[in-house]
Amino acid sequence: MDETPLIRRFLPYLYWLIGLFLVYFVVNALIAPYASGITLSVQIVIRRLIEIGGFLLAIFAGLAIIEVYFYQIFFRQPRTILTAWIVRILQGVFAGMGLLMVLAFFERTDLFRLQEGLLRSILYFPNTLVDGLRSTLMGIGLTKDSSGWMSGVVLIVIFAGLFFLIHQLTVPRSSKLGMAYLLVLPAFIGVLVLIIYPFLFEIKLAFSNASLGTQATKNAQYGLIYGWNNLVTLFTGTVAKDATFFEVLGRTVLWTVINVVFHVSGGMALALLLHRPMKLQGFYRTLLVFPWAVPTTIVAMALRNEFDSRYGLFNILLSNLNSWLVDVSQGMVSVPVLGEMFAWLAAHIGPVSWRQDPFWAFVSVLITNIWLGIPFMMVIILGGLQSISHEYYEAAEIDGASKFQQFRHITLPLLRPVLTPAVILGVVWTFNKFDVIYLITQGGPQEKTDILVSSMYKAAFSFYRYGFTAMFALVIFVILLAFALVYLRVSGGLKSVTE
Amino acid sequence: MTSTRFSSLRRALRWFFVRSRGDSPFKTLLIHLALIGASIIAVYPVLRVVTISLRPNDALLTTDLRIIPQNATLDNYRTVLFGDPTKNRQSDFFLWLWNSFSVVAVTSIISVILAAVSAYAFSRFRFPGRSAGLVFLLTTQMIPAGMLLLPLFIMLAQLRMINTSLGLIIAYSVSSVPLTIWTLKGYYDTIPIDLEEAALIDGATRFTVFTKIILPLSSPALAIAFLFSFMGGWSEYLVARVVLQKNDLYTWPLGIFTYAQQFTVAWGQFAAASVMIAVPVMVLFLYSSKWLISGLTLGSVKG
Repeated sequence: MDETPLIRRFLPYLYWLIGLFLVYFVVNALIAPYASGITLSVQIVIRRLIEIGGFLLAIFAGLAIIEVYFYQIFFRQPRTILTAWIVRILQGVFAGMGLLMVLAFFERTDLFRLQEGLLRSILYFPNTLVDGLRSTLMGIGLTKDSSGWMSGVVLIVIFAGLFFLIHQLTVPRSSKLGMAYLLVLPAFIGVLVLIIYPFLFEIKLAFSNASLGTQATKNAQYGLIYGWNNLVTLFTGTVAKDATFFEVLGRTVLWTVINVVFHVSGGMALALLLHRPMKLQGFYRTLLVFPWAVPTTIVAMALRNEFDSRYGLFNILLSNLNSWLVDVSQGMVSVPVLGEMFAWLAAHIGPVSWRQDPFWAFVSVLITNIWLGIPFMMVIILGGLQSISHEYYEAAEIDGASKFQQFRHITLPLLRPVLTPAVILGVVWTFNKFDVIYLITQGGPQEKTDILVSSMYKAAFSFYRYGFTAMFALVIFVILLAFALVYLRVSGGLKSVTE
Repeated sequence: MTSTRFSSLRRALRWFFVRSRGDSPFKTLLIHLALIGASIIAVYPVLRVVTISLRPNDALLTTDLRIIPQNATLDNYRTVLFGDPTKNRQSDFFLWLWNSFSVVAVTSIISVILAAVSAYAFSRFRFPGRSAGLVFLLTTQMIPAGMLLLPLFIMLAQLRMINTSLGLIIAYSVSSVPLTIWTLKGYYDTIPIDLEEAALIDGATRFTVFTKIILPLSSPALAIAFLFSFMGGWSEYLVARVVLQKNDLYTWPLGIFTYAQQFTVAWGQFAAASVMIAVPVMVLFLYSSKWLISGLTLGSVKG
């Protein structure tokens, strides 16, 4: 790997890109007044940049404030008892405000709801302060947008002042763990807001009757009885519109097992073929990772039409094969066994209705997903193979081990640290991966190709059964967790990975 | 004359079969045939998209299997890039690209920054909650993508962020952070700790160590992490479909799906748009695949 910074190496391409865009904008500005429709213009770009820039600044300023706050808690201590009081009170007020803002966020997103009143106004006290600041700024004569920006700036200045004050009142101290926690904090906050909170929200939603009729959570009712109802509907009723839970569960297991088995065995086979000193190795590898390199969405949409009954690739190939078989069998009518065999083949192999027949529809999504997934496993396994030292094989050769024995007793065990996480992740990903299904068959015909996750997606966003979907999601999560725990118990755990 | 021809053939054969660790020529040939077969299966469906994009509009529906179709034309590309002059319609292709790019680039920047910092802590410090945190991050990968989508959707609706690109940025950031942390931690673990210790003894602070030693040394890994989360979001369809409903905010997967829905004239345009999007992505991917692979395996093999 050479050491020129990546950015510098990509700089020329960047210049080209910018140049092309400039040309595009000039041409566009000339054409735009004479045509209909929306197209990219300078205004759109600038508006988006401002929007995103404000968002990024807000996020990073917020994170910076939290970081400095915790830095001062970990690494500074008050000089005297008096300053200790001042500092601790300031920090306490900070923490209280922060807590209130978090609770207000919960209320705002309907995790719980408060009636108008004292409690609610306490909860929204920090927000009221900010709003007050903003309206004061608007009173001075700023527009709505710039008052938002300016109040952000004012807030940052206030915070900076407070932090400076605390800094003056304290002396440094050392902390062994403080650094680690400070570093982990931003990602931790991100995960908390984006994963844990929605997860909790989902649990709450599972015990509700939220749907389109209740305007999502606005008029929804909560209670154990609703959760129970959702659970009963899940196991006895239909999951989306036609299919039942256990039918879809069975299909999901089938989908996952078939996919992962083909991914691992296909990837293993290709990796073993590639892993030897040979010509054109890099060339083959490049070609073989194509399915991984092409964006999945494009592949799925493209293959969707290749499963067309007349003009799709698969039926063209099958009908060509069929006519060839018919020709051959006509030429061989007189040959005793072969003739009959070919006649049978010609009668049974031919174009298939990928769209209407549930079985073939399922096969079509399987083909696509297997094709898509093999390169990833191949690459992972190839990496694992390359890390196995030659000496093991040489020793085994001297001891007279056959190729199969070498594979069974050297390759497989040494591949395990690579294979274990890859298989776990593969199973989980495949279990959850339904973009191929959604884009190719949309679960049809009659939801005969749906797996659990795609049914769930439909229940939520086509049938708007929110409470039900949340319970559905929890059940899926429990299934996956059970699988992972059993697998970890059986395979000896992730210890090798985390330590 | 014949002898020279044979010798060149022999030389070609020797070139082909050389260095094949004890494999017989016949076996080598079989291996090459198998690999060629597999390569064709891997590449042909992709080439079909190129073929369809080159077909003239009156010949879209054909059972032809040639790679370069008869009367190949670039009409579809022109329509996608510059709109359809006969219908006086502008092209929204660049708008989609810009929407995708702006959303995904910001998502990747956020997740790489967050991950780069916390992965360093996971790699270099031993603190209570460390391995629990790592396992927890892996567990989040177990949560079905669609599962968090519903609460996120309702949350975003409450915050009035449905139909904004910021909403999509938030929704995307969920999935990419945990895995990025794992990849980067795996890479940091391979950087010798002596470098840092020497710098620390010389009086450098942790911050200088991180910015002056760790970040420059791990710039390939950072690039990979960026690329990884970029690719993850770049061709995402299902989340975008839920969060964005307005035409002018469409990311390209939503956009070209409007082309792909039927087997009509738009099919050729879909193919052309796909080719133009896929080619740069693939070039980038194949170019960086070596690092990608080393990053992936390091993340899983070494602890």
